[in-house]
This record gives sequence, C-alpha cells and structure tokens, in this order.
Amino acid sequence: MAALTRAPAPPAPAGPEQRPPRRRGRLTPYWLLLPGLLWLVLFFVLPMVYQASTSVQTGSLEEGYKVTWHFVTYWEAVSEYWPQFVRSVLYAASATVLCLLLGYPLAYLLAFRAGRWRNLLLVLVIAPFFTSFLIRTLAWKTILADNGPLVGALDALHVLDVTSWLGWTSGDRVLATPLAVVCGLTYNFLPFMILPLYTSLDRIDPRLHEAAGDLYARPFTTFRKVTFPLSMPGVVSGTLLTFIPAAGDYVNADLLGSTDTRMIGNVIQTQFLRILDYPTAAALSFILMAAILVMVTVYIRRSGTEDLV
Amino acid sequence: MAFVNWLKRNLVVIAGLLTLGYLLLPNVVVMVFSFNKPKGRFNYQWQEFSTDAWKDPCGVADMCGSLALSLQIAVWAMIGATLLGTMIAFALVRYRFRARGVVNSLIFLPMAMPEVVMAASLLTLFLNMGAQLGFWTILIAHIMFCLSFVVVAVKARVMSMDPRLEQAAQDLYAGPFQTFLRVTLPIAAPGIAAGALLAFALSFDDFIITNFNSGSTVTFPMFVWGAAQRGTPVQINVIGTAMSVIAVLCVVIAMVISNRRTRQKA
Repeated sequence: MAALTRAPAPPAPAGPEQRPPRRRGRLTPYWLLLPGLLWLVLFFVLPMVYQASTSVQTGSLEEGYKVTWHFVTYWEAVSEYWPQFVRSVLYAASATVLCLLLGYPLAYLLAFRAGRWRNLLLVLVIAPFFTSFLIRTLAWKTILADNGPLVGALDALHVLDVTSWLGWTSGDRVLATPLAVVCGLTYNFLPFMILPLYTSLDRIDPRLHEAAGDLYARPFTTFRKVTFPLSMPGVVSGTLLTFIPAAGDYVNADLLGSTDTRMIGNVIQTQFLRILDYPTAAALSFILMAAILVMVTVYIRRSGTEDLV
Repeated sequence: MAFVNWLKRNLVVIAGLLTLGYLLLPNVVVMVFSFNKPKGRFNYQWQEFSTDAWKDPCGVADMCGSLALSLQIAVWAMIGATLLGTMIAFALVRYRFRARGVVNSLIFLPMAMPEVVMAASLLTLFLNMGAQLGFWTILIAHIMFCLSFVVVAVKARVMSMDPRLEQAAQDLYAGPFQTFLRVTLPIAAPGIAAGALLAFALSFDDFIITNFNSGSTVTFPMFVWGAAQRGTPVQINVIGTAMSVIAVLCVVIAMVISNRRTRQKA
C-alpha cells in the first residue's frame, strides 16, 4: 500500500478556463490572430473556392474559361480515373498497415527498452529527414534493382513467384511494380507513424505493466489489454499522418512505379502541369479532398479520439 | 532453450532494430554511391570507387544555385511561418474569444489535406490572378503550409507553462511588455525553436507544392526531380550525404551541451 500512496498525484488540469480573465486588451487576441489567419484565408481557403469554381468551368486555354456549371466534368473524371482512385486508396492503406506493423516495435523499443540509448536511437529515426526525400527515394531504385542482391535473393527463395502470383510484382522484377511503390510509400511515411506512437507510448506509466504482471497477465495479454489500448491516440494520429499524404502522393509512383501503378496524384499532376486540362484536374483534386475529409471524419468518430488537435 | 527464451524476451528489440535498418538503408546507399564513378548518365549501379564528386561538389551546372535558392526560401519561410504561427498560438492559449472552433479547424485543415490538393488549388488561384510563378509564389505557399506546424509546436509549449510565473513577474512590478520579454518569451523559446526548425526542414525539402507553383524556378528538390528524368549526377549524393552528416553532428553537439548543463545544475 505504501508504494501506491507514494505515487504522485495526477497534475491538476490546467486549462485556460482556470486563468483569470484579462480585463485589458479585449481586442488583443484578434490582433494576434489577424495576420496568420489572413494568410490562411487568402492562400488556403480562397484557392479552394477558386478550385471549386474552376472544376465547373468550360472553355479552352486559348479562349479562356467560363463558369457554366458543367458538373458533367465530375462524372467524366470519376468514370475515366476510378482505377487510379481505387489504387491510391489501396496503396495508401497497405502502406499505412505496414507502417503500423513495422513502426510499433521500434516505438515500443524507444519508449520502454532503449534505456540510455534512447536519445541516440531517436536521432537515428529522425536522421533520414536531413537528406532530401527525393534522393532517398531514388536510392530505392538501387536497392530494388533488377540485378541487385535483394531481388536476386528473393528470386532464389521463390518469394517473387508468390508475389507475382498475387499480382504485387511481375516476373523477376520488383521495380516498376505495385510492391515497389508500396515499399517506397511505407519507407517515406514511416517516421510519421513512429513519432506519434512513441509519444503516446512514452506517456504510459511502466508501473501499469508491473501491475498487469502482478495480476498474472502474460506479456502478450499485458500488451493486448493495457499497452495497446493506452497507445490508441498515437495509433490514430500515426495512421492519419501516414494515410493522408500517402493517398495524395505521386513521387513514389512516378520514381519507383510504372504506368500501371499510376495513383490519383499522378493524374492530377499531369492534368495540371502537362495536359493543362484545368477543369478535369480541379474536379479530380476536389474529389480527392472530399474523399479524404469524409474518410478522416468517419475514422476519427469511430476511433473515439476527437481531441487530436 | 535458453536461446529461445532470450529470443522471446528480445523479440521487440530485434523487430525494432530491423525497422531502424529499413529506415537507414537508403541513407547508407546514398552515402556509398557518393563515391561511385557511374558509366552513363544514371548513378544506380555500382562501378568503381572514386572521390571525384567530393572534390568538385558544385561541378554540375545549376545544382549549387538551386541549393542556395532552397536555403534562401527555407530561411524566409521559417521566419514568416514562425512569426505568424507564434502569434496565433499565443492567442489560442492565452485568450478567450469567439470563433475559437473555426480558428482551430482552419489551423488543422492544412495538415489534414493531401499536399497535391493544396498545391493544385493554389495554382488555380495564381493562374486566375495572373501571378508570375517563381520565388514569391513558392514563398507564399511554403509559409502557408508551415504555419500550422509552428502553431502546434508553440501551442504545446505555451500550454504547459505555469501562468503563475507571469503573475509573479507582474507582482514584482514588471510591465506587460517586460513580463513578456523577460519571462514568457524565454520559457516559450524551446517551443518556438522547435516550430522554426520544423518549418525550415519542411520548406527546404518540399517538393509537391513547389512542383506546382514554381514556374521555371528550380529549387533543390526540383533539381533532383529533373535529374531523375535526365540523369543523376553523383554530386546529388554528395549533397545528400553532407546535409545529413552536418545535421546529425549539430544534433549530437546540442545534446552533449545540454547534457553538460543539466549535470552542472545537478
């Protein structure tokens, strides 16, 4: 009992409500908010409005565009590019699941088992960020090269036969296949999974593990009943931070994939920057935004963590 | 049996270290291939050891210029986003005001939006305005998407601050300005620094938004992207390696210094 009573009392919640209201400077918050919010309204909200308006315009580059409420663009965009939409969601979802599976052990190691190595390991997790992500993604071209040691080993072990049968790779190649793209996406967004997981695992009191052990829980039961539920905020924000950028990414599909692995980001990029079909591009981008917002909202509601921000 | 038990106990450690290896492997490849002497235009296959690229890091046309431009944009984006973001963070934590929910979601939305959507919509705005794409449009875009990350970083720090410290300063006859400068700002400084560093890193390495809004201006990521289509010079790997070595050295030095300080205090 003594050990229990010695435990520190939980800190009193220090919300802004407790602070004395300030009498002076009632306008101060608005002055503080004004420049930043103005920036966001001008360069984030207003562009969305312009994009929505562009998506219902018709015309040509030479003669200019006019708003004609041409909603058919949306229908045409979806019926032509639905495979890329589906592929984006599939690839991003696979990458997110892989990130969770790969990232959880590392976050756990950082939070509970690293001891005096923790800071060094944290630096190593963040270290890749300091090299431009495009250069690091290009390095995967070398790692997954057709005549490289990795692909040779996978081929010799007949792993490639299985993955080809599943449609993840084709023949004895890994590059330019879905597997390469998902591998690149997983690699690029893994730190965004590890860091929130680590933050939420680090907050868990290790005495809870001891308590679970004292109550005869096996290590796996402790994990399933105590550690994992307590790390849910990290899991939710980690999956969001991985899935959202992965679904809109076109860099990995472009550098590591082929024309058969084009994602919706690739389509938006080519429509905007090469084909210059602005209405279709704006419609696609609008659909992507709406789809992501709906998915994120449903996900946050279902996982019951609404205080993410 | 002892080995099996050891394996069971350390399974998490082994899995974690394997993940770390997966994270670091590309950096190792980038470093090793900075000493390569490729045949042909692409540096994807190992040929022979050479230090040519290290002796002449700026030997590729336009590369160091793009690097300087990226650094310049990153510094200005950092300053802009840190100023605007810190002000918003203080307003959110320290004051009660109407429309707090709207402000919060306006901060959250840019982080919950795929970059390509922001990039494309910003381009439609610039095209409609007839703006000349280049340095200024890149800077505007970078400040916009870095802003939210600064707000989150600063907010976390200011929220954990004890408000009684400021009250104590005022009891000791410090004016509001003096209190802010001598008490509030030093305590919030780590949060502001973290936000500023994050903004710098995000801006420096940004590709997607820059790709849409740069016109014919070439930042360093844009240069690498172009190189991936035309031919990758070894110098790209030299820059990539040098950047990570310098950054890791800075972090290690900072850690050693802060360790010494805490030891001296104790």
